[in-house]
Amino acid sequence: MIEAINISKSLGNLKVLDNISVKFDPGKTNLIIGQSGSGKTVFLKCLIGLFDPDEGSVMYDDVVFNKLPFKAKKKIRQKVGMMFQGGALFDSATVIENIMYPLDMFTQLSFQEKKERARFCLDRVDIKDAGHLFSAEISGGMQKRVALARAIALNPDYLFCDEPNSGLDPKTAILIDALIKEITEEFNMTTVVNTHDMNSVMEIGEKVVFIYQGRKLWEGSNKDILDSSNEELNQFVFANNLAKQLKKMNSDI
Amino acid sequence: MNIIYQIGKYFILLSKVFAKPEKQSVYYKQIVKEIHSLGLNSIGIVIIISAFMGAVITLQTAYNMENPLLPLYLIGLGCRDSMILEFSSTMIALILAGKVGSSIASELGTMRVTEQIDALEIMGVNSASYLILPKIIAAVFFNPILTTISIIVGVFGGWVAVLATGVVSSEYFIIGIQYAFIPFYITYAMVKTVFFAFIITSVSSFHGYFVKGGSIEVGKASTKAVVYSSIVILLFNVILTQLLLS
Ligand SMILES: Nc1ncnc2c1ncn2[C@@H]1O[C@H](COP(=O)(O)OP(=O)(O)OP(=O)(O)O)[C@@H](O)[C@H]1O
Ligand SMILES: [Mg+2]
Repeated sequence: MIEAINISKSLGNLKVLDNISVKFDPGKTNLIIGQSGSGKTVFLKCLIGLFDPDEGSVMYDDVVFNKLPFKAKKKIRQKVGMMFQGGALFDSATVIENIMYPLDMFTQLSFQEKKERARFCLDRVDIKDAGHLFSAEISGGMQKRVALARAIALNPDYLFCDEPNSGLDPKTAILIDALIKEITEEFNMTTVVNTHDMNSVMEIGEKVVFIYQGRKLWEGSNKDILDSSNEELNQFVFANNLAKQLKKMNSDI
Repeated sequence: MNIIYQIGKYFILLSKVFAKPEKQSVYYKQIVKEIHSLGLNSIGIVIIISAFMGAVITLQTAYNMENPLLPLYLIGLGCRDSMILEFSSTMIALILAGKVGSSIASELGTMRVTEQIDALEIMGVNSASYLILPKIIAAVFFNPILTTISIIVGVFGGWVAVLATGVVSSEYFIIGIQYAFIPFYITYAMVKTVFFAFIITSVSSFHGYFVKGGSIEVGKASTKAVVYSSIVILLFNVILTQLLLS
């Protein structure tokens, strides 16, 4: 179980995160939503320890993760998979080598076993045939899939995804979302996904946390989100005209 | 103030670099890779530069020896000792700082701005050690070989210049390169080479590893890597010379 307790973080003179507390549902797909620049990435990076929060604690089960020494953090991190906003694939390695990398580093498997595991992960994200290509040779959508495959290579307990479907066409975006949800359920992971895509929210948001200018303004499930009376959340959710009219129709009935 | 801060940061990075490796077999692979990209790939440029430098040193020594009382074997001796003492260690190190240093800084810088280093950290890998240690080890072990190649090729280049121009007879040149040989000069050159190899790889890695921002900063970091490693090399050249030859 992951929990953030009163997290605050300033970068430069800007208070990026202001006293955020969230308890993430274990075994589910948790979504963090908010506008561009609201602090989602910084929050996620605090959760996994790429940023140190100025105040507050990040709990993994019963341990205060952000107070642990480097070595103990490493132990927990091996149970964490992360999919970065830009993919962060190793560009000096092929797709299959990228996925095998965590296995190389942290398992005693034979080369053949590692390869098999990597193939399995590639297959799981539907790009079996791209294994021999370098990351510069595959499309953005494929890079996201490879990043996801690499993140799940070690069968992590926790999966973090930073905007897994930004910059993708709607169809591929839905596919990736569905994939994340499926994988979360299949392997019983606790997944945290950053997104500003309302489609994802409606499709996979079992638990949704809304961040606005570094503060948590709302949390609930995707079923409650349309009925919320929170002003900022409504502005975010019903940003486009079509959605606004739907909302109006909904309240007229 | 800032310079003290940077130096402190450099040493903290080094302490992370020399932490115990997670998995040695993976490191061996990396070292082999780095020997290839930092060492073997530099042999060509070392050979070309050393050959021409050896030739020029020989010709300059020859044309500057107008006094007939000076023995002619001094030409070969001058070529040999300049190569060993200064050229093959310091000059080659400066050239490698340009070639290897900028490539290290831009490689690490790009990995930083595209979050590849963060990805390593998240997996629980000590990214500083994994990325930098193999480079340092590869250079510290391989650069002495480059220096040796440079000395041999430089003297050979001098000999070819002698044959081509006839400034002195080939026999005298060959007597010269054997005359009054001081083995300690080789030790001196190798000690310098090892220090310089460490400086080039660690200083350049430092500049690449801590890049913030985007591609412009990566470019700046690679320039800084070259400038600072060169300055530190020149500084240590003086210090080591005083320590070893005085
Ligand atoms: N390394 C940094 N140094 C200084 N400020 C930063 C840094 N990273 C982020 N910020 C600032 O923190 C704020 C939140 O950024 P963050 O990247 O978390 O936004 P986000 O919600 O992920 O946006 P997006 O949806 O566009 O990815 C921004 O105002 C940004 O300028
Ligand atoms: Mg972001």
